Order: sequence, then C-alpha cells, then structure tokens
Amino acid sequence: MDSQTKVVLRERDIHNALLRIAHEIAERNPDRQAPALVGIHRRGSYLAERLAPWLAELVDEEVPLGDLDIALYRDDVVTRADTPVVHASHVDFDVTARTIVIVDDVLFTGRTVRAAIDALFDYGRPERVQLAVLVDRGHRELPIRPDYVGKNLPTSRNEHVHVHVRELDGCDEVLIAGARAAVGA
Amino acid sequence: MNLLSMGDLDREAIERITDHAARFAEVSDREIKKVPTLRGRMVLNLFYEASTRTRGSFELAAKRLSADVVNFSADGSSVSKGESLKDTVLTLGAHKPDAIVVRAPWAGAAELVSRWTDAAVINAGDGKHEHPTQALLDVYTLKQRVGKLDGLSIWIVGDVAHSRVARSNIVAFGRMGAHVTVCGPPTLIPRGIETLGCDVRYTLDELPGADVVYALRMQHERMAQAPVPSLREYAACYQINERRLSARQMLMHPGPVNRGVELSGGIVDSPQALITAQVQAGVVVRMAVLYTVLSGARTQAPLPEPQLA
Repeated sequence: MDSQTKVVLRERDIHNALLRIAHEIAERNPDRQAPALVGIHRRGSYLAERLAPWLAELVDEEVPLGDLDIALYRDDVVTRADTPVVHASHVDFDVTARTIVIVDDVLFTGRTVRAAIDALFDYGRPERVQLAVLVDRGHRELPIRPDYVGKNLPTSRNEHVHVHVRELDGCDEVLIAGARAAVGA
Repeated sequence: MNLLSMGDLDREAIERITDHAARFAEVSDREIKKVPTLRGRMVLNLFYEASTRTRGSFELAAKRLSADVVNFSADGSSVSKGESLKDTVLTLGAHKPDAIVVRAPWAGAAELVSRWTDAAVINAGDGKHEHPTQALLDVYTLKQRVGKLDGLSIWIVGDVAHSRVARSNIVAFGRMGAHVTVCGPPTLIPRGIETLGCDVRYTLDELPGADVVYALRMQHERMAQAPVPSLREYAACYQINERRLSARQMLMHPGPVNRGVELSGGIVDSPQALITAQVQAGVVVRMAVLYTVLSGARTQAPLPEPQLA
C-alpha cells in the first residue's frame, strides 16, 4: 500500500459506527411507523442492507429496504466526458407518508444526496427524509447536512476517501489517500 | 456521437445499450414516469415517411428523459414546397437541436444529415438501407426472453430486398453470436446479401431448425414491379402460420403486420409471438440510445468521417 494511504476505520470501527447509527435512527423516530432505508448505489446500498436488520430489531417492526441509482439525476450528465453507467433502482414499497433514511458511504459535496432526494420524490411524497452517512468528509457545495454520521473525517479537497465493503471489495475499511496516491475505486 | 448504421456498433456497444434499456424499464413503473437526465436538451424528429410506432416511441423516450421534442414531418411543411433535405436541416439547425432523429425514404439520408449538423444524428430508417434502433430493440427483446443470442438460429423470412430491418438485423444478430439465415422468393432476396454474414434459403424446408422466426412485412408500397405473382401466391409458399411454426419456436415481426400475408391471423396472437414485447421494448431501447448519444460533453463528439455503407 502506498505510504500516503492511511486506514482510518477498520472492520470493527465500521461495525460499531453502523450499529450506533441504527440505534440513533430508532431513537429519533420513536412513535411512528418504522422508517424505511434507501441506500445509494452501490456502497450505500450495502450499508443500508446491514443497518436494516439491526433497526428492525430495535423498532420491532419490518424495515423496508430499497436502493437508488442516481446516474439519471446527476447534474453533470452533459458536461462530464464519459457516459455514467445506469443501474436499476429498487424501491418496491410505498414511500408516501413514510420517513425515509437515505444511506450513503461518503458525504462530500452533497450533490449525490441532492440527486437522491430528487430521485426519491419520483416514487412518491415521503413524510420526512433523513440522511445517514458512514463518513462525512466536509467540503459541501450545497446546503445539505447529515442526520446520522459514522465518523467526521476532516480532509483536504484533493485527498480521496475510499470506503471498502466486504460484499464488493472483500473487506471493510475506510482509507484516506493523498491526491497522487489514488487507489482505484 | 451518431447512430447511423449497425456497423458502427460492436458487440460491447450493443450490450451496453441493451443493458441500459433493461434498467430504464424500471422508470416506467414509478409514480412519476420521468427522469430529469436530458433536461434542456432538444430532440428533433425529422420524418419524411409515415411512421407511427417509431416516431411515437422516440417521442416518448425523449420525454421520459425530460428532453424537449419537436416533430417535423414532411407533409404540411416546406418540403411540399420544394425545400431540399439540406436546406431543411440547415433551417432547423437554427433551433439548435442536440439530436436529430431521421426517417427518410432515401438510403444514406441520415448519414448526409450528419454532415450538415453538429447535433447527434440517429437513423430511424433510411430507405432500404438500415434501421438500427429496430435491430437494437429486437436484440433486447430476445435477450429479455432467452438471456443471450449466442448459438441461436434465427430465420429472417420474407421481403428482404425492400427491408432495412433485415439489413440491420442480420448484422446485429450476427454480432451477438446468433446464426442468421434469410429466406424468401429469389426475387425478394438481394444478390450478395450473404456478405453481411448470413445463409440464404429459397424455401421454408429447413425452417423447423430455427429457434426464432423473424417475418418481414411485404412492402407493396415499395414494389415498383411485381416480384411475386400475387400476395396470395406469396402466402401459399412463405406465410408463417400454425402449420409451419412449431410450439418451441419464437416469432418476431417489426410491424405493422399484414395479417394473412406474411403471417396468418392466428399466429400473430399466439403466445409464441413476441410482437407486442418488441413494441414495448421500443421505448426503453430508444431511451438508452438517446442517453448514449446525448450524455457526455457536447464538444467531445467529433464529426465522423463520411462512410458510405
């Protein structure tokens, strides 16, 4: 591994952070219908998948789980050089009048979350939308604020934050890399 | 980026478009059946020929992606006053379209249009030459039904001579790994068609070996002379009906069907006919095509070298 790459969260830390987020979601949504979780494709959806059973146990109710691909809602479709690959979204429950928690791995500029909120509203009119992220690395470009944060990670703009999940990458870890030491992800 | 001919797409590009189409299918199940992806982009439908389904599905596809659509059809416009294709394209270019969908009775029309505009040009059928989006939606329909086309035996039966669908489909099916055979009366099979990568048969004797039978429409409106003595005689020899098609074979047709000519009335409505699925595929595949040609930076697309196919 490059000397400029640093592990900031290991498997245990990620597990604990997600478990705490599950408790916070349960705590903040006490006397209403269980919130639904919607992960942002791809790593956010794996994190949402892990949160769901914990949250279901805490609220003693089934927690609907979905995932969103935001490629069709990007604000840079016509300016970026490549064509973003589109994946199908799966929101098979009724979002109307529900609390929806959007789950993503890294919160950075906030543009992805903006796109996810737009996408979500095409499925109906949620009662409330909250945001859970594993890592908040700062540098927001939009007025977006997470409700649940695994770890606040101060970074400089040209650093890269990589979240690895075992379902895709074989292990759970969060790495921070210098601008020149970007690992592929 | 343009889509002028199936020859422009390799297998990977075909797969990319059909994979995208499969994902776009989900958009139509949402409460709001529209995504903002191509907001503010303009698609111009330039149609010099009658067409209901192709034009309708391009229009719907563009609207599902939030693009603006302007329909320009030959009748009732300056074309009837004698304006040339070039002048029409240059005039409409003043509206700054991002994509032009061209349907015309002249082979090579889309390719010509692409030389006169910076917009992405999509060939929606040019004379007897090509109809690439039809081929893509047929590949998509078959992939949805059977997973992959590798090793499939596909028979394209009927009026191959006048069919742009046949020319695009022979190439597309072949690139996807299928084995293509064209069949019809010798007067309706152009000489040299096998150079596109297909076998030629003049009778239906070996039809039972086909996995998919793709019937073509008898295009009487394009037939200047009489390549067949009568439609009844054609039907006697080449009509796909319950007797000639076995239950395991799939049936496709690009529409509109002449019932009782190339297909018997009963077979059109049979469960082995994928004709309705083909129409449904039209919108999602054209969404994928519009997405592919219109995403990415505008300045990125260099005008391709003129290629006369």
